[in-house]
Amino acid sequence: MRHTISVLVEDKPGALARIATMIARRGFNIESLAVGPTEREGVSCITLRVDCERHSREQIEKQIHKLVNVLRVTELAPGEAVERELLLLTVSADPERRAELVSTAEAFKARVVDLGPDSVTFELTGTPEELNAFQELARPYGIKELVRTGRVGIARASARKARRLSAIN
Amino acid sequence: MKMNGADAILRSLEAEGVEVMFGIPGGAIMPTYDAMARGTTVRHVLARHEQGAGHMAQGYARASGKVGVAIATSGPGATNLVTPIADAWVDSTPLVCITGQVRTTLIGTDAFQECDIVGITMPVVKHSWLVLDVNEIPAVMKAAFHVARTGRCGPVLVDVPRDIQEAELDFSYPETVDLPGWRPPHKVHPLQIRNAADRIARAEKPVLYVGGGTINGDACDAVRELAEVGGLPVITTLMGKGAFPETHPLFFGWPGMHGTKWSNIAMNTCDVLVAVGSRFDDRVTGKLSAFAPGATVVHLDIDPAEISKLRDADIPVVGPLKLAVAELATAVAAHRDAGIPAPEAWVHRLEELRAEFPLRYGSGGDWLKPQKVMETLQELTAGEDVIFTTGVGQHQMWAMQYLLTERPRNFITSGGLGTMGYGIPAAVGAKAARPEATVICVDGDGCFQMTAQELVTAVLDDLPIIVVLVNNGFLGMVTQWQDMFFDGRRSHVGLGAEVPDYVKLAEAYGGVGILVQTEAEVEPALRAALALGRTVVIDCRVDPSEHCFPMIPAGAAAIDMVEYADPAEATP
Repeated sequence: MRHTISVLVEDKPGALARIATMIARRGFNIESLAVGPTEREGVSCITLRVDCERHSREQIEKQIHKLVNVLRVTELAPGEAVERELLLLTVSADPERRAELVSTAEAFKARVVDLGPDSVTFELTGTPEELNAFQELARPYGIKELVRTGRVGIARASARKARRLSAIN
Repeated sequence: MKMNGADAILRSLEAEGVEVMFGIPGGAIMPTYDAMARGTTVRHVLARHEQGAGHMAQGYARASGKVGVAIATSGPGATNLVTPIADAWVDSTPLVCITGQVRTTLIGTDAFQECDIVGITMPVVKHSWLVLDVNEIPAVMKAAFHVARTGRCGPVLVDVPRDIQEAELDFSYPETVDLPGWRPPHKVHPLQIRNAADRIARAEKPVLYVGGGTINGDACDAVRELAEVGGLPVITTLMGKGAFPETHPLFFGWPGMHGTKWSNIAMNTCDVLVAVGSRFDDRVTGKLSAFAPGATVVHLDIDPAEISKLRDADIPVVGPLKLAVAELATAVAAHRDAGIPAPEAWVHRLEELRAEFPLRYGSGGDWLKPQKVMETLQELTAGEDVIFTTGVGQHQMWAMQYLLTERPRNFITSGGLGTMGYGIPAAVGAKAARPEATVICVDGDGCFQMTAQELVTAVLDDLPIIVVLVNNGFLGMVTQWQDMFFDGRRSHVGLGAEVPDYVKLAEAYGGVGILVQTEAEVEPALRAALALGRTVVIDCRVDPSEHCFPMIPAGAAAIDMVEYADPAEATP
């Protein structure tokens, strides 16, 4: 089962390395990882996507929580959080197929951010599932290059009191 | 007060009340050693290898309950500390390691004696700091000691580039730490205490499974109180040895791979298993899925991540153990007062099992038996304030089985990492912590040769230790495994009992050497060593074919222990 874990860390040297090292050492697999600043100066948010059983997820949370630079660990439960990801995608597109491709992209609200003689680069923000869908539709045209940021998430107002996983049993 | 970074390191150590540090100077830490020459109240013990310095700091910490301090230079000095740091990590020993680093302008250039020690040690420290601003030294030192000794104890590293040691700052030592992310549990959930007490009080076959966290958490008196008010049998792990008096009527031995059979039967047939500062290590549980199959698990620990890591806890109790166990004792006492009886039949059954499966070994024959050495050592030191340290292997397991420890912090060994060579330097560190105590290292010949150079430190720094060398001329535990599980193919395990000549070696290091080859020589040699007050190596030439029993084969269920088989009792 997949879980999204949001980790608030002090913006100190090595903070990300400590988390990554610990997760690798304990044999957990990360599907995606995104890091960026938050509303608080000196505090970053690391959003982790992991595929594991409940028991392993609890272990990951507890072990992350023990790290000295970590301020908070929260699971973003499905339905209780808004999750988004950014995709940049360069697709082969000769002039005759370009219109068809752009109209497909419009359906996803993807924006054209660069045009080349035989390619188009799109930008799309959405749920990771929407990004997957767009990626699959673009695939037959020939994907030249693709990058994704990894998902970030934020708790919904309705779930603001989202269980704080301060690892206290 | 204006001073340079090196002086600030020493003033910080003094402010933390550090009495002794263990180390070796080298290029990148020279400004700090120069500051020592200017004066400090902290005693410096000069080790002969940084690994020795690290294990000394561990031995000091384990014997005293204070934070151990080791200091080394950059590059190889720092990498030589990695084994003690890893050892302290697994065994939760509070340690502050200070390493010199190349100048900040050289970091990242593969400079002479440069290595990324913060990166190398990252998986085995609670936290580490590379100090890049001299003004941060006081706060970093304060934080380092705070992190090392609060929550679950463990090692931290402070890496200080040479130019930072030389830079000037206005020193003042902070009174508080600024670590918003470090909030170890400081109280206990009353509901969990109540649930635990209800279950423990009603148990028919309870066992207290007491680990090293009990000693680190200063909870030994509380555990004794809990055991006595509840009438609960106690089993201590290797790391917990000494947390509960081993001559107490409620003491029922040690669990796991070379634990006593009655203890493993108790652990595996109990109905309520109360883990106190212990972590269900594979050497304790054997095959985890077969471990204590019918037991309800109550798990008390300062570290929430240990709860349900390996064995699901039915009733978790997270918090400082001293507080948690004391509250539990009070709650269990209330149940007893209300008429819920103590498990007397169970305790009686365990007494029967203990009588039925005593520790056994073959006697007679030409060879001195290692167990005989341990038994004699036990007889001669019973009731005295003696600190035992050990290396890792057969001798360590015999020491666990035969040396009855009455007090916490009197049995110091490498449990989790299993670091051969731990014993001698740990003994030197323990002696520095408690000079009034007799410190005896029970060592194997393989372990001895890994860190023997620290005998020099013992002699020259006036930290006399006795080394009881269980010399079978083999890497004994590996030999035992080859004999038992590799069809007796002895592959590269023979060390030779006579080379080096340990008596001459002891003398060469400035100590006293005594050779013991027969049973009759054991007692006089030990008596002489105990009376001398000098560093002594007693080279006990023991039976090279002796195996350590009982034993749970790796991966087997704990209940399927292999016992000593007396050839005389074998059916023809």
